[in-house]
Amino acid sequence: MSIEVTGVSKRFGDFVALEDVSVSIPSGRLTALLGPSGGGKSTLLRIIAGLERADAGTVGIEGLDATGLPARKRGVGFVFQHYAAFKHLTVRRNVAFGLEIRKRPKEEIRRRVDELLALVHLEQFADRLPAQLSGGQRQRMALARALAVEPKVLLLDEPFGALDAKVRKELREWLRRLHDEVHVTTVFVTHDQEEALEVADEIVVINDGRVEQIGTPDELYDSPANDFVMRFLGPVTQLGSQLVRPHDVAVAVGADDPDAVAGRVARVVRVGFEVRVEVSTGEQLVLATMTRTEFLRLGVDVGTTVSVRVVPGAPVVPVVPDGSPVRSGLEVHAG
Amino acid sequence: MGRGRGPGRWAARAVVTAYLVLLVAWPLWLVAQHTFADGLDQLRGIVDDPDVAHALRLTVVVAILSVVLNTVFGVGISLLIVRYRFPGRRLLNALLDVPLSVSPIVVGLALVLVYGGRSGWFGPALEDAGLQVVFATPGIVLATTFVALPLVIREVVPVLEEIGTEQEQAAQSLGATAGQTFRRITLPAIKWGVTYGVVLSLARSLGEFGAVKVVSGNVLGETRTATLVVEEKYLNFDQGGAYATAFLLALVAVACIVVVSIIRPKEEPR
Repeated sequence: MSIEVTGVSKRFGDFVALEDVSVSIPSGRLTALLGPSGGGKSTLLRIIAGLERADAGTVGIEGLDATGLPARKRGVGFVFQHYAAFKHLTVRRNVAFGLEIRKRPKEEIRRRVDELLALVHLEQFADRLPAQLSGGQRQRMALARALAVEPKVLLLDEPFGALDAKVRKELREWLRRLHDEVHVTTVFVTHDQEEALEVADEIVVINDGRVEQIGTPDELYDSPANDFVMRFLGPVTQLGSQLVRPHDVAVAVGADDPDAVAGRVARVVRVGFEVRVEVSTGEQLVLATMTRTEFLRLGVDVGTTVSVRVVPGAPVVPVVPDGSPVRSGLEVHAG
Repeated sequence: MGRGRGPGRWAARAVVTAYLVLLVAWPLWLVAQHTFADGLDQLRGIVDDPDVAHALRLTVVVAILSVVLNTVFGVGISLLIVRYRFPGRRLLNALLDVPLSVSPIVVGLALVLVYGGRSGWFGPALEDAGLQVVFATPGIVLATTFVALPLVIREVVPVLEEIGTEQEQAAQSLGATAGQTFRRITLPAIKWGVTYGVVLSLARSLGEFGAVKVVSGNVLGETRTATLVVEEKYLNFDQGGAYATAFLLALVAVACIVVVSIIRPKEEPR
């Protein structure tokens, strides 16, 4: 294990950011810390980096107890959401910063910086100031700067959060490819479940200062540990006392299936290739999604009597009886 | 405001221009005019007078010392106020404006009460140790520093607040010590704030009169500064000499500000 977090707690005044959190992050993998804003994931990342001090607990990095070490001695590379570019230094000097601090020979610095600039495709921008780069380019520069000192672990705090949707998508694909090339243990924080599912080898779901579940994207998606994880990873609907994903709800015409729940189609909405069918079962409004082809084959419309049931083998989670508020996975991150 | 077109905008400009001309530009111009009324004779007379030359030298030395003190402590206090949360922080912040709001003459009297050689609270002890503060150069430096204290801080604090702490944290995670972070990241980021603060402090220090008048003792050829020379000459009906000295003082101050506004980049890279 590359990063061992054991029993870490952190408070800011009355606010409990983390409570007795223990996580093991494997070497050489790309791990996502996923959760809603204010859930404590950024705090955990900053504690691993040494930018924040935990009230209790220990942090180990590559077998070394780092709990009391200052950030500069931890051997971590850190990438900030808002780039933290050194505004008065050129792109080249930004990337060279860590090497200059370490007083490496000039020739070595030049060679290494050239390599890194090529890696992040910024060779032609070496002599520009950060203000002359786009957001995506600045973030790639920040990444090269963090990689320059050959960190044991690379930590990224919402690295694509300040970028527009298109650049964000490009950059996360690029991060995945970069990681396959460089293989440094990488942890990134995100509140975007799609980003985590697409990029990460391993996902740690954090909410309310606690770890909800740790697993691969498949494990999380196919067997969510609780209703929070299920809700956070995508849209859900309720059928009886179970939470289920709308595309795992099967709709059939007629009410003769004894294992299914009978109801009437209350609403039909088409969004591109996807059709959302809302079925009223009397006490519940169940949402089913299907492709347009499936919908046409089914041949239902508002008012049709249908029966709905969960597709066999689909992941379901019992609804928590106290009716805790539904938390959507689409919250806007507020820093 | 200011974005309107037509007569209102021109009227606003005319009012502002007239206000500045009547209050600043014209009076200063008249000082210059009086200085050169007899050609260069007045200026030459001033520079050749050993007492005046001494006063000018003393003023420059005092101004430089107090600017150095105010720059070092000003940057330190600014970092303290912006980067740390501690009890009494707001009180400290408010206290820093006292030198601007209290009359310099009160500052002078207060310093005499503390450092006065005979009856001061702290003065006799220092005098026994061989350091005379009041009626000597240290007192003048102290008074000048006190009066110009907030200028660097008020220029640096907003810049520090704006740049935030992320660049510093990034430097630390890249292996920089606190000293390296300050030198390589913080200082370049605040350098224009510091420069402007230094210039304002220098201009203010060169021109300080009230506080210096009380603590210096105004001894001719020893503790008489340039501003005191202006007053002395003016009261002794040597108006030409007074205007010439005043002109020199104003010239240095204006030159400082002009130089900075020329070298300051039009658009700071952000």
